[in-house]
Order: sequence, then structure tokens, then C-alpha cells
Amino acid sequence: MGKNVSALLAGLVFGLGLVIAEMVNPAKVLAFLDVSGHWDPSLAFVMGAALIVTALGYRIVWNMRQPVFANAFIVPQTREIDRRLAFGAVLFGIGWGLAGLCPGPAIAALSFGGAPAWVFLGAMSAGVAMFDLSPLAARRVQASSAV
Amino acid sequence: MTEFTPVSAAIGGALIGLSAVLLMALNGRIAGISGLFSGTFFSETGDRAWRGFFLIGLVAAPVIYTLFQGEPPTFEMTSSLPMIIVAGLLVGFGTRLGSGCTSGHGVCGMSRLSLRSMAAVALFMASGAITVALAKFAVGG
Repeated sequence: MGKNVSALLAGLVFGLGLVIAEMVNPAKVLAFLDVSGHWDPSLAFVMGAALIVTALGYRIVWNMRQPVFANAFIVPQTREIDRRLAFGAVLFGIGWGLAGLCPGPAIAALSFGGAPAWVFLGAMSAGVAMFDLSPLAARRVQASSAV
Repeated sequence: MTEFTPVSAAIGGALIGLSAVLLMALNGRIAGISGLFSGTFFSETGDRAWRGFFLIGLVAAPVIYTLFQGEPPTFEMTSSLPMIIVAGLLVGFGTRLGSGCTSGHGVCGMSRLSLRSMAAVALFMASGAITVALAKFAVGG
């Protein structure tokens, strides 16, 4: 119960952040990636502010004995920079550059992005399913453990 | 073309960071949207409900914003429908293969100085920028 309410709250705050930062506007994202044109560096400020708050906040939070609604902090432990990571990141970047949407904004835009947002999310879900239902997902090493 | 908006960008970014900190403090989890999305449907541990609630919040936030603001956020999509489909497939598959997206690697991973996440961010930023440059070139921009 607490876990669900807290996740709902975190999702609301995340979505509000995306809206205020205008990351939910594909044109804004593409203008950030368009370094050779009329470059709009706004998204670097989104990333910078998010990083500062998260870096400081995580340090404070990890001094707690455990999370409020869970037994342990679960953080990815994989350190390997392998081909999967590289290929995945490059493919994601190409898709990001083609439409100007990454997963968070794609989901947040459902209520106001109209058909393009729904089509993108449908295709994104298919892409996720293609991975998660493939042998690639099964070979995946257990990436998470306690801090 | 969009205007440079550093203040609203920083405020929005800080809220995204706050969300990541909240999810860690309360549930002990990183706020990686591609992982949360996939986990809502494909999690093997059955730990799906809270992930679903996060996604509901993510969808509901702009609705609440619109109620207060009187108009919805700007959404300007210039890509054609076939391009949107290809983009969505690549984003879905790529973020799963690469274990994260802008939030998981970009915010949560980089904030704990994960070299793996820094490599992922450098690669998807670079491939995104190259894609935009090539797309412009292709249409003669």
C-alpha cells in the first residue's frame, strides 16, 4: 500500500518535472540534439539540475538504515561496459533523434500528444516486448542487489 | 526551433531529481522509466503494482497541470507516422538492450558516478545528435 502510494507520488513529481522542463515536447528535444543548427541547450540544464538533486539526495537517503517501505536499497551492480550496453544505447539514441521522444515523455504525453504519442508508445511497447520475450532477456545477468 | 529556457529547465530537472530521491528513500528503487515500464508488464519477481502506480502518476501529472494551467503542454511532433513507428521500436528495444534510458542512466546512474551509465549517455547523446544531423541533411535542411 505505502509502496504504491509513494510510487504514485514519485510518478506525479517526475511527470510535472518533464512538463515544466518541456521535455514532453519532441521539438524541444530535437532542438537540443541539433547541435549544428539553432541549438537549444535547455535540456542540459534539465539534466544538470536533476543530477545535482539526485546526487545529493541519494547520499542523504543512503544514510538511512533502509527505505521507508522496503527492506533494502536496490541499485544496479553491473559495471561492465559491454557490447549490449553500447548497441542498446546507440539504437536508443537513433530512435530518440528520429522522433524526439524517450520513454518518460512518451508515457507522459498520452493525454495531450494525440495520435503520434499513442503510435510511438505502441511501437515502443512492441520494441520492449521484442527484447523481453526474446532469449536476449533470459541471458541477462541478474543486475541488481543491495547496496 | 525552440527558445533557450534555462530557468524552467532547471526547475523541471530539479523535480525529476526529487522524484528519483523520493523513490529511493521510500521504495529503495531507482527511477529508470524504461525499466519501470518493462517491469510493469514483464517483471519476473511479480513486483509490478508499484511500478504501475508510478506510470499512472506520470500520465496523470500533465492532466493535473492542464487543469491548473488552462491549457495542455506544447507537443510538436514533426516526424512522419512511419518514422514515429521506427523510432518507437528502436527506443523500446534499445533501452532494454542497453539497460536504461535518459532517466535510469542519465539521472540515476550518472548521479552515482557509474562509468557504465556515463558511457551509455555519451553514446545515446552522440547517436541522437548524429541522427538529427543526418535527418536534416536528408531533407536538405
